[in-house]
This record gives sequence, C-alpha cells and structure tokens, in this order.
Amino acid sequence: MRARLFAHPGFVVGAVIVGAVVLMAAVSYVWTPYDPTFVDASSRLLSPSWSHPFGTDKFGRDVFSQILMGSRTTLFVGFVAVGVAAAVGVPLGIVSAMAPRYVDEPLMRGSDLLLAFPALLLAIMFSAVYGASTLTAMVAIGIASIPSFARVIRSGALQVMRQEYVLAARVAGRGPVAVGVRHVLPNVASLVIVQASVSFAIAVLAEAALSYLGLGTPPPTPSWGRMLQESQELLFVAPRLSVFPGAAIALAVLGFNLLGDGLRDVLDPRLEDQR
Amino acid sequence: MSRPSDSAGSGDPTDSVDTVGGPVLSVERLGVTSSRYSLVENVSLQIGAGERVGLIGESGSGKTLTALAILGLLPETLRASGSVRLRGADVDLVGASEHDLADIRGRLVSMVFQEPMTALNPTMRVGRQVAEVMLVHETVAGRQEADAAAVALLADVGLPEPAAVARAYPHQLSGGQRQRVVLAIALANNPALLICDEPTTALDVTVQALVLDLVTRGVTARDAALLFISHDLAVVATVCRRVLVMYGGVVVEAGPVEQILTAPRHRYTEGLVAASTIETTDAQGRLRTIRGSVPGHGRYPVGCVFANRCDAATSACEVEPPWVGESVDVGYACHHPVSSGGGVDA
Repeated sequence: MRARLFAHPGFVVGAVIVGAVVLMAAVSYVWTPYDPTFVDASSRLLSPSWSHPFGTDKFGRDVFSQILMGSRTTLFVGFVAVGVAAAVGVPLGIVSAMAPRYVDEPLMRGSDLLLAFPALLLAIMFSAVYGASTLTAMVAIGIASIPSFARVIRSGALQVMRQEYVLAARVAGRGPVAVGVRHVLPNVASLVIVQASVSFAIAVLAEAALSYLGLGTPPPTPSWGRMLQESQELLFVAPRLSVFPGAAIALAVLGFNLLGDGLRDVLDPRLEDQR
Repeated sequence: MSRPSDSAGSGDPTDSVDTVGGPVLSVERLGVTSSRYSLVENVSLQIGAGERVGLIGESGSGKTLTALAILGLLPETLRASGSVRLRGADVDLVGASEHDLADIRGRLVSMVFQEPMTALNPTMRVGRQVAEVMLVHETVAGRQEADAAAVALLADVGLPEPAAVARAYPHQLSGGQRQRVVLAIALANNPALLICDEPTTALDVTVQALVLDLVTRGVTARDAALLFISHDLAVVATVCRRVLVMYGGVVVEAGPVEQILTAPRHRYTEGLVAASTIETTDAQGRLRTIRGSVPGHGRYPVGCVFANRCDAATSACEVEPPWVGESVDVGYACHHPVSSGGGVDA
C-alpha cells in the first residue's frame, strides 16, 4: 500500500505541495523573517531581494512572511469547511440511501434546495448576521458544501446497498446502524476522501474570494485572498504583489486535488490487482 | 453428477422429520405481492431437522422471492402474506418487527448467496467477517474467541491455511474460496435452517462439487434444515432428498427427488426434466425444450399458470387446478397429470 502510494505521481506531487503548505503553517508559528503585520513606511513596495525574498507591500510589510502566515488561514478554512460538510453530509447521504423513500425524498429535495443557493451568497448572509470572520465564512461554505457531499455519498451508498454483502450482513442479523457504519461507510470512504479534497480546494478558493470581497478574514490577519485584494489597486505598479498570493492559492488548490485523486486510486482495494 | 455419499439418502423422506420438536421451518400459504402483481402465491412447505429440500424453477419463478420472504428481507415495495414459523423463534417471521428479525437472522437462519464475488465486504478482512456474525449474536465470549472460532470455521470448510485466509481481504481469494468463506459465515452460529440460493451457479464444475459436498456435510453435522434453491436439477438431485417445483410463483409439484426426476406428474416438471437431459431428443433430433418462455409478471394465464405453454392444456385448465396429494410435501397441481405410464389421465 505504501509502495503503491509513492509510485503514484499525482499523489506524490500533491503530497509534496500539501506538505509544503502544512510545513509553512508550522514554521510560521515559530519563525517568520519579519513580523508579517509590522508596518514599515520606509521600506514600501520593495522589489524581491535577499532581505525580502518576495518584496514588500504598500505598507512595507514583508510579503514572504505574510505568505507563510497566510497558509495557516488556508489550512484552517479547509478543515473547518470540509469538517462541517463531511460531518453532516456523509451521514445524511448514507441515511438517505438506506432509508425508505419517504425519508430519502425530503432529505434529497432539501439538499437540492440548499444546492440551488449560491455558496458565496450564503457566506455573505452569515457575515452580515454574525460579522465578518474566517470562522463564520467557513461554516457557511461548509454548510453550502453539504449537499454535494450528501449526493456523492448517497449515490455511492446506493451502489454499495445493491451488493450482496449488505444483504448478507442483514441476513447475519446486523441492524441498520451497524450495516451503515461497518459495511456501507468503509466502502464509500474513497468517495469521502475524494470529495473532501475537492471541497478543501473549493473552500480555499471561497475563502480567497470572500477575503477579496472583504467578508472573510479581517485585517490584519494575513490571508492569501486578502493579499490578492490589496494588490489589486497596485496591479500596474507592482504586479508581483498579486503573483505571489495568486500562485500560492493556485498551488495549494492543485495540491489538494492531486492528493485526493491519488488517494482515491490507491485506497480502493478492488483496484489492487489491476495495477 | 452424483457421489456415493449422497445416494445413501433413501426410504421415506418424511421419516427424517424430527417429530419431537416439529418441523424446523413451516411455511403456510406464503404470498408475495407488489402493488400490481402477485409474484408468489400460496407456497406451503415444511422442513424438518436434518432434512434437505430443494426448490427448483426457472428464472422469475419466485424462488428467490420465497427465500427473501422467509427471511423477512423483501424489498420495501413488496409485501408478504401467510405465515413463516421457525423452530426457536417466538414470532411469525411474516410481519415480525425488524428488531425481532435481526435477532433471528444469522442465529436461527442464515443464507448462502449466488454470487460469491459480491457477498463479502471488500473492505473487511475475511476473518473479521466470519467473527462478526458470532459477535453480533454473542454466541462467543469475546473478540479473541470469535477470531479463533472464525479460523476453526474456515478450516472446517476446507480452506488451506485458514489463519492466513482469515487475514486476507476478499479480493485476494478465488471465487470458490470466497463461497467457502460465505458458507463458513452462514454456518457460524449453527443455524437451525440454512438457505442456499443457487450457491454454485457462479462456480466452475469442479469447485461446484466441492462446495455442494461442504454444504451437505455442514448441515448434516449440525442437524440443520436445508432449503436449497436452484434451477439445476442435477445439483438438486445431488444435495436434496425432497424437492418442490415452482413455476409462475406457485408450487406446481412436490415430492421425493427420485420420484420427481423419474416419474413427474405435473406437465411443467415433465418438460423441465426432459429439457435437462441430453440423452433424449425430439422427432427432429433436437434437444427437448419447453415451448415459449416464462411470461412477464401479471401475464400468466388465469387458472393453471402453465396452461399457455402446455401441450396437454384444455379448457379445464382455465380453472386453477387443486393440489392433489397426501400433504403439501408430496403432490401436484395439474388437471391433466402425466400418468405413471407416461400418458394422459382421463
């Protein structure tokens, strides 16, 4: 299993990128070249140099330090949003697949309703009601991601439910909860992982978008999305200011997607003999 | 296909019924209906301890539905009627609560499925799956005892290196090995009744003989009742002593295997037996078949279900034929039964 993981190029690249993000976040707790929030009017808009690898922004803050610090926000939003979406969406999908029609239908129509509601609009509403913060934005994004989790897991669970081992488990006297947890859930686990990695990437993008709109992470906490927003007005003066956070967001999203795809391919025991 | 060990079953098949405790399984007037059609009607049968009974029929004749109805596992769109009593169970399995059924299933009754490739959970080690059924019903003291019992069961069904098999995932085993694991799970709690739904259809012939032998030995060792569902007369003749023939959701004939195979009374059974041999041919030298095909649900003729495919059918067959015979276990339902000489009764 481990050997196969490391033979999968997508997984390796994804793992390296995600590992780099995690490492950045970890390092930012103990060391950053400069205080990322320290305003130094004398060193505004410096170009990259040995003392400031990514240069400085319009307030003279070190961009490299901000990128390091911003990776914390990125990981945080991903975990919160995916956590909320998976914690609700996965049981919902399995229950929906196993329950009789009169339970399944309302659940799925309700999730359709939520799906029809734009995620960003929901986040804006949450920000208006509870105030703009990373957490409220991400809970909103998580809630908006529940339907996609529920649907993917439901369709996977429906397939699993048609397998004879589910019938066999019932013949063995297993109750519905045990069948769901021990027989259905492990067999849709690869779907959960893939969906989690996709949702993680979406959440990172959504946080960037919300911060860009000024509804996500409030200043001065560094966030890649807000760095992008702040760089906008200087796009022609200092384009590099948008390049670094933009590249960081794109790479992180790519990394999580590659990691998810790799895990899906490798975790499925049924594929083992085919490679 | 026959083995000496199985030809020992001779004499009156009903004398093996354990009269002290009554029959293990007693099904009375079992019916299965969907919202529009009646899929299984009026199925009655009894199986005693140690008795091996076959249920024969073509695809769509209602064999599997009968088995699922006995287990209370019908899809939610279907309804069962009638009565299914199991020795050791306080409730009628038809209409019993899911809670009662869950307690009965796996302990008093278990089932072997047709397709060994999908009957095991691909994400669980084989040993755990065998141990699970014992832990659910608390027939062993704890996890370690269950694991040890699982390895012993795997050895029982003739798997070499049972300890290694117990640690394997299902995809690492062959079809025949998996079916033996499924059988081990089914026998784990020494059920009073084992239902096998075409357990060898997906296996090749050599493995088939082995699995049939294991099924026979497994139920004999436990003095369990066996309901063996198949469309294969040869397989049923190998395993069972008594057989019921189903067509169109009803039992058309029942009796001892030798009698059904050598002197069938119902016209459908006659056709089925004729079609399953390659030794006799019709006037053109072609293998015998039953003309037509199984009608779709709801398109069976009124009266005798077999009338539209039967060469002996007359206007009398528009009335449902009564059951002729000493009991539900021996008899037939036909207006124009095959006489013992092979002709038509008046």
